[in-house]
Amino acid sequence: MVSPAHFIALSVILFVIGGVGVLVRRNAIVIFMCVELMLNAVNLAFVAFSRMHGNLDGQVIAFFVMVVAAAEVVVGLAILTTIFRARRSASVDDESLLKY
Amino acid sequence: MSHTVLASGMAAETQSLTFWILAVVSVTAALVLAPRAVHCAVLLAIVMLCLAALYALLGAPFLAFVQVIVYTGAVLMLFLFVLMIVGVSSRDSLVETIRGQRLAAGLVGIGMLVLLSLTVGHAAIGPAAPVGPNYSATNVNGLAKLIFTTYVYPFEITAALLITAALGAMVLAHLERTGPKPTQRTLSRLRIASGRSAPLPGPGTYARHNAVDMPALLPDGSQSELSVSPVIAGRQDPRLSELGAAPPADPQAPGGTLPPDSDSSEPPGGDSEHEGARW
Repeated sequence: MVSPAHFIALSVILFVIGGVGVLVRRNAIVIFMCVELMLNAVNLAFVAFSRMHGNLDGQVIAFFVMVVAAAEVVVGLAILTTIFRARRSASVDDESLLKY
Repeated sequence: MSHTVLASGMAAETQSLTFWILAVVSVTAALVLAPRAVHCAVLLAIVMLCLAALYALLGAPFLAFVQVIVYTGAVLMLFLFVLMIVGVSSRDSLVETIRGQRLAAGLVGIGMLVLLSLTVGHAAIGPAAPVGPNYSATNVNGLAKLIFTTYVYPFEITAALLITAALGAMVLAHLERTGPKPTQRTLSRLRIASGRSAPLPGPGTYARHNAVDMPALLPDGSQSELSVSPVIAGRQDPRLSELGAAPPADPQAPGGTLPPDSDSSEPPGGDSEHEGARW
């Protein structure tokens, strides 16, 4: 029988994979995808806790997380497009102009 | 009422089998280190579809559908559109620019995993609640009731956030025009004055094939590298080397490096009209 603890363990694993991806990858778009993976993992934990408690609050919060993630992706990708237009590169290593 | 999306009525063995298959597939797809961003997007789509199925397994059919429609449908399509702008061939450089960054990231990951596992392991995660009315066909009704009563203020704030994000994206994607917009009259005047009233040849013009991977020929007979997309030009190289060596110099086209299959009986008109402005 699958208990909510199984789902939460899966959510922990996916969250860690996303976090390591954010640290390791260089392409800004791939980093964004890793952030999305982390948000999805947290959503899974919310839904699993909602199942455990038997009420719907966790599902509502997961719904709000989805909406906020959509807004974040829209603005983030617009910023990426602007940076790419100026620098011709999507790598985070090249975005060091503000340093100098 | 039996619900197709709702897996609460499933047998326990089927439930656990479904969970394990989905868990293995999603973790594998998340772990693959694909250098190309497009492959990463496809792998992320796999993870999101698996998560949608897991939501259905957890008795959240509305969230499962929203996951497929909003995440896999809208957000990932947005990612792919931006990838089209940035370049489909954009890949991650796998060279370490900061010394020891991979190692540190791995250590941080292991530490995070240990910390979260200990926290979750110490928490009292009870068994699933008995299947109540929240997990049957009234799941959407219950969610709607919660969103529009208890969570109505967060809901309104979310609406404001979405409007702000849409406006911000429009402002960021907007290009400022530096000069006045050329009218049709000035454009046609310039075109006539330039001496070239027809547009410049596209890829494949004067070649025996009109495929996009055939470069256009400049009036002096040389190939215009600008006329072929760099992605296609990159793919074309191994095939050209398979076909034969470097193309022989064509005596009819001075200075030209025509590909071996381009017809030398169709020399480009060696007129000097190529000085016209490019439209």
